[in-house]
Amino acid sequence: MADDLVNVTIDGMTLAVPKGTTIIEAAKQAGVLVPHYCYHPSLPSPAVCRMCLVEVEKAPKLMPACATAVAEGQVVHVSSEIAKKAREGVLEFLLINHPLDCPICDQSGECELQDYVFQEGRAGTRYKEYAKRYNPVEDFGQDILYVPNRCILCTRCVRFMDDVAHTPILNVSERGDRAYIGISEEQRLDHPWAGNVVDLCPVGSLLSKDFLHKARAWDLDKTPSVCPGCTQGCNISIDTRDDVVVRIRPRPNLEVNRHFICDYGRLNYRWMNRGDRIEAPLIRENGRHVATDWDTALARLEQVLRGASGSAVILASGRASVESLGLVRRLVDGFTVTAAVQVPLGEEAPLAGIPNLALRRERAPNLAGAELLGYTRHWEAATREAMAAAVVMVLDADLAPADAAALAAAPGLVVVLGSVVPESLENAALVLPVTTMAEENGTYVNRDRRLQRYQQAKSQPGMARPAWWIAGEVLAGPGPSADAPSTAAEAFELLGERWPVFAGLTYADLGFTGRALVAGPAGVAAGEGAAR
Amino acid sequence: MSRQANPTATHGDPHASHEPVFVGETRARLQALYPKYPTKQGCLLPALWMVQEARGWISEPAINEVAEVLELTPAYVKGVVTFYTMYHTHPVGRHFIQVCTTSPCNICGAEDVVRALLDATGCGELGATSPDGRFTVIEVECLGACGFATPILIDDDFIESVTPEKVAGLLERYA
Amino acid sequence: MGYPHPSHPKETVVLSRYFGDADARTYDGWVQRGGYEGLRKALGMTREAIVEEVKASGLRGRGGAGFPTGLKWSFMPKEVVKPHYLVCNADESEPGTFKDREIMRWTPHGLIEGCAIAAHAIGAERCYIYIRGEFTEPWKVMTAAVEEAYARGALGANALGSGRRIDMVLHRGAGAYICGEETAMMNSLEGRRGNPRIKPPYPAVAGVFGVPTTVNNVETLAAVPPIITRGAAWYKSLCLGNPKSTGTKLISVCGHVQRPGNYEVTMGTPFRDILYDMAGGPKPGRTFKAIIPGGSSVPIMTREEAEAAVFDYEGIAEQGSLLGSAGCIVMDDTTDMVYQICRLARFYAHESCAQCTQCREGTAWTTRILERILAGRGKQEDFQLLLDLSENMTGKTICVLSDSCAAPVVSGIQKFRGEFEAYMTGAREPAMAAV
Repeated sequence: MADDLVNVTIDGMTLAVPKGTTIIEAAKQAGVLVPHYCYHPSLPSPAVCRMCLVEVEKAPKLMPACATAVAEGQVVHVSSEIAKKAREGVLEFLLINHPLDCPICDQSGECELQDYVFQEGRAGTRYKEYAKRYNPVEDFGQDILYVPNRCILCTRCVRFMDDVAHTPILNVSERGDRAYIGISEEQRLDHPWAGNVVDLCPVGSLLSKDFLHKARAWDLDKTPSVCPGCTQGCNISIDTRDDVVVRIRPRPNLEVNRHFICDYGRLNYRWMNRGDRIEAPLIRENGRHVATDWDTALARLEQVLRGASGSAVILASGRASVESLGLVRRLVDGFTVTAAVQVPLGEEAPLAGIPNLALRRERAPNLAGAELLGYTRHWEAATREAMAAAVVMVLDADLAPADAAALAAAPGLVVVLGSVVPESLENAALVLPVTTMAEENGTYVNRDRRLQRYQQAKSQPGMARPAWWIAGEVLAGPGPSADAPSTAAEAFELLGERWPVFAGLTYADLGFTGRALVAGPAGVAAGEGAAR
Repeated sequence: MSRQANPTATHGDPHASHEPVFVGETRARLQALYPKYPTKQGCLLPALWMVQEARGWISEPAINEVAEVLELTPAYVKGVVTFYTMYHTHPVGRHFIQVCTTSPCNICGAEDVVRALLDATGCGELGATSPDGRFTVIEVECLGACGFATPILIDDDFIESVTPEKVAGLLERYA
Repeated sequence: MGYPHPSHPKETVVLSRYFGDADARTYDGWVQRGGYEGLRKALGMTREAIVEEVKASGLRGRGGAGFPTGLKWSFMPKEVVKPHYLVCNADESEPGTFKDREIMRWTPHGLIEGCAIAAHAIGAERCYIYIRGEFTEPWKVMTAAVEEAYARGALGANALGSGRRIDMVLHRGAGAYICGEETAMMNSLEGRRGNPRIKPPYPAVAGVFGVPTTVNNVETLAAVPPIITRGAAWYKSLCLGNPKSTGTKLISVCGHVQRPGNYEVTMGTPFRDILYDMAGGPKPGRTFKAIIPGGSSVPIMTREEAEAAVFDYEGIAEQGSLLGSAGCIVMDDTTDMVYQICRLARFYAHESCAQCTQCREGTAWTTRILERILAGRGKQEDFQLLLDLSENMTGKTICVLSDSCAAPVVSGIQKFRGEFEAYMTGAREPAMAAV
């Protein structure tokens, strides 16, 4: 083992890192960020920006930290005068043609050029008396604009399209200081993962049209979450401004999505901002729904469930959390249960250069979790059974008009736990407002059985509560009870007893990048509904 | 090369529909190159030369054709085309004149040769095509014949030791 | 010999003996002059024996870096697991240098022979000869010679009846100075932009098309057949006392001399002899002011420095410059140094591949400052600015193009400061309109 490690000293700190590690990565482990532009851990290193030059003792000249492997006994100086002078030189060169239009640039506040110039650039310019290079803004198609004047030619975008997307439709055109990022006139940047070039761009040169001038970076609240778009479970950040979701960006997780998300996931957030939300519990009185308080609603739910017997059907959204699916399932334990989760289907769109990363056909983030909890994906069968069931629980499912119409005529008891006003379920005994994944804490299990947490990114509307809370309150019995879970973490811990695959795990174990579930005894871990 | 080439030049019309270059004999010539390179991409520079030989310049549709033939993307090919200054991305005159003006020739009077050429061809300025569509003159960096200042290239003819006095006579050969 | 001039008594003509001799261009003509004997001999030798012979000759790369050729060859893997390639660098484009052009024009079979020997020595079956796009005439001559060499059995599946396959592919560049840098050349051969690559991996490990590759300059390869034919000891003896610089070297002399041309001298010849005797000295009534001895990328020498130097790798370095590609640009007292330094900076700005920040932006900025000085709007602080930019452009990039831009600027300011000041003070009329 020790043979595979080498000892290096970086800015006075000695550490052992695996052989082959680059200086820039070793420095990160030593707590030293070597300023850089072209380097990105998920892309090949061309060492062209020359920003990460560091002083390596005994080397004849400064070395690019991104492309130089550590060697035994190496002594590296990131902060020495000579290294700083080199970086100051690079920054000055990068700025001579830069428009310095930070006040109108979307990248401002999260711009690496701004950051490093502020950190160690020159105070003034020596590039006087010359016009700056000017090229017009270009529409690269889909969601992306190119502002060449801000470009520092780090080529991350080109390398992403070449080496990761395997669709080389961006290039460096011309040469010398006339160079710019080019695209073929006949091609557009419409690859399903193309939006990543916006995140990869260290400056404000590649911009999202969707986010254009929407918010300043420093006004954003960024919440770690998991993409609700498909079964891949890419880690994301939900960025909100004044409680409105304005942008979704990838959050690094080397096990799941590295540094990327697809455009479908990136732009799939408008529903999080819907205004037509159920804001209060509704109970059916005299043929119509009236708003009430939670105590009354929960007591009514408990009462109607106690009064029914026979079969129960759960029709759940594919975006429902492990916690909500689990506790709602337990709520109908006394019945013969058919539980199904809704799985919209779409085109599969892989990211060619990253193994096991794709926008999946199954557009449900918690399909695997639902199956572990005994839900099936046999939606049509479940909706048919609902017509004969004593109890039908609709958990925020997006019912097709035909299904909704059929359910409206269902003879059994219909309970809706929903986020938006249902159009035609006047017969529902209860309509209870629940939060969306953006408004709650919870977990999803991705297709590789990785259990991952997401956090609440915005406040819930009105009296909406997570579905697990509603189920937990009813399960704990009437009145205030210490047994009822008050947090998602507590709700999660209630699942282990019934579903051993979750036993012994806590939110703390999951961190923010999740954890692979260990397959338990087949029958148990796979759950009742895992038959495919 | 210069970006100022005159779009009204006669050598090619950027809006004309593209007749494929790689058919018949040209295609056979390209295919004969395949075994000489381990990848099809290796044939890119030779393929672009063939396009320029056939058409005088390399248009967008020609780029698309090269990309298709060599299984590359148009953007990739364009990035390569714009790197190399000898590939014309605009139509040029029937005869393309390149004059070396880098230091060794410069100190021997290359700029006077340029002026003489601009006057004699009627191009007026560098990169522009003469009104009769006959010539385009550009300055180039070092032609590698510094001992024979001033060398110029007219199409593929490499002509050494050009002086302003010789210019008029030289041009007569190029209709 | 200083083609088109007759051979000078102080020359030692090995490579240039047949310059101007059209008969030497043909296969038969070359064989009559002793050609292809080296290849025949080499094909009977082991790879190792050839490499050792070339090592012993002291031959160093003639493209500019001066790296020992035999040593370079020895880096190639002993076992040929993947194909090996030889790349002949015929992209001669260093301003002031025009020797490879003459080798290709007059002794194409000498080059082919050298390439074939080198290919055999490094375990390669294929050699790419990368000829710069502007060299239309050398291209035609080389094309004809390669075809003839195939037809006569010197190349192909059974080179000279040895059973050994040696193929040669001519590849035409398309206008990019930087493709003379070996890793950029490999990219260009692969059909890419001619961007220099970072090392490692070194070409001998993963070169063109990802396989072990050796890149040698035309003049280097052309020197190989005589070394094999006449022996390392003979080649090594062609030096004047400095065992580190052996053999003969073609010196391209251009600019303000009476007889510009390529002069072949033994290493260690006094620079004076080259400038005054062979090239004929300055034009009547003039004196030399400055000499750039190794192609435009090396520091400028004053007349005094050049006159004091002996012409070999070490001798030029002792006088503060570099032998480089041995392209001597000679400037007499009529030369406007500021204008020419600006012209060189413009050359590098034009040729920068755009990868490294310092080079992409620095070469263009340097040019603009020099243009401003020429327009009569220079200031004293421009000296400090130019020197500072030059420092930031030196030793910090993937290849040495930006260093090459800085070298004439720095040496120019050091040695010809007064000419800059004349523009700043108005003592000299602006040479350029304000930009």
